[in-house]
Amino acid sequence: MSEAKMALNNPGQAGGTREQDLILSVQRGQHELFYELVRPYERRVYAAALAILRNEQDAEDAVQEAMLKAFANIRQFRAEARFSTWLIQITVNEALMRRRRERTVPMEGIDGLRSGGGDEESDYAPRDFADWREIPSEALERKEVRQRLTEALATLDRKYREVFMLRDLEHLNIQETAEALGITVASVKTRLLRARLMLRDLLAAGWEQGWFSRLPFEKGTKPW
Amino acid sequence: MVNHEVVNCEQVWREISNYIDGDVDATLHASMDEHFRTCKRCASVLAGTRNVVQLYGDERMLEVPAGFSRRLERRLAKNVVKGSGWSSWSAWLVPVAAVALFTGALALMDQFTFKHPAKSILAEPGHDIPPDMLVVVSDGSKVFHVAGCPFIHDKATERTITAKQAMQDGYVPCSRCLRQYLKTGLSEEPGGDDASAEAEEEQGEVLSTAGHLQKKPGAGLAARASIPDD
Repeated sequence: MSEAKMALNNPGQAGGTREQDLILSVQRGQHELFYELVRPYERRVYAAALAILRNEQDAEDAVQEAMLKAFANIRQFRAEARFSTWLIQITVNEALMRRRRERTVPMEGIDGLRSGGGDEESDYAPRDFADWREIPSEALERKEVRQRLTEALATLDRKYREVFMLRDLEHLNIQETAEALGITVASVKTRLLRARLMLRDLLAAGWEQGWFSRLPFEKGTKPW
Repeated sequence: MVNHEVVNCEQVWREISNYIDGDVDATLHASMDEHFRTCKRCASVLAGTRNVVQLYGDERMLEVPAGFSRRLERRLAKNVVKGSGWSSWSAWLVPVAAVALFTGALALMDQFTFKHPAKSILAEPGHDIPPDMLVVVSDGSKVFHVAGCPFIHDKATERTITAKQAMQDGYVPCSRCLRQYLKTGLSEEPGGDDASAEAEEEQGEVLSTAGHLQKKPGAGLAARASIPDD
């Protein structure tokens, strides 16, 4: 059994070391392990592509192409970078290239002004001051909640959505986000602030209506 | 205790994202803490913004379409594993192709660079020159002539020897006075004497295919220098 296979079957081994073993194995020619290497990140790279292309099929195609490009360049990957960040950056590049090339991506449904964006340089003032308590993470078990969050994100202007997605969904740091999108650190910070505040305003109504806090009935129990 | 300055709501909103990320200095952090204690509106904004970051940062928000993973795995299996076969082939195919290309390039160079001058008037000079024909050489050049040729250099040192001897000594025939013996070479050399001589000079040597001229470093230069301009 190869070292990488052994690493995969050894749950006690640190994730980072396991990943490094897999990377080395693929770089040395065990190409069949490449999917194992990228599988933990497939959801993240898909989310990145979807945020840019706004079309599920295009996003899936972009991810597949991006993963093939990642494989083609796997020998160039150096351990000083995070593998996840490297994959996401390749995916973002692929998605941005497709958007420029195909120009079939739907225009923004709601522009920045309508979603509270406005001029990036001007300050954004929150609109809603409802008292938000901490939302239980169990709320995300409900498809309705996830759907509402997804819809709210989709209404943001593209430049805010992309920064928010890379920073808060993909967990890239500010510098990595700036590099992935080819913008300055200052722009990332400004757009991130506005995106977070806009989403807060957009979701405030949901909080007031209580759909964040309604928990699903547990299986086998009755509400009455 | 960290000192803090009083900040207003607008300043708080401007920095609230950096505050959540821990990207504000200690003084501003303390100032904002104090503000949140006294301003319910900003405390609400902070709580809501934190909720946003927490909710969207949850792994469960990253949904993929049904069958996404299977399709990705298939695509990779089809292209990567298949590609890896090609890749392993390419590991030795590339050097082999490179060697083949290099060999081909050498063959072409050989054809155009080394064989081409053999067609020149200087490379095949002696086919028709009678070996015992008396020719004139001088110290001024490495070209031999028929007696009386106006292109003889350094006439003071001229001497008469056989053509065979001249060629053995590295002399080449004058393209003017011995033109008749070089007719074949001339007719095949559209560039004329100078062009041929230049080709010889580039090679830095005169090649003899018939053995009449011996390979001699610098002979090409000598031949070129000896060919007078029209």
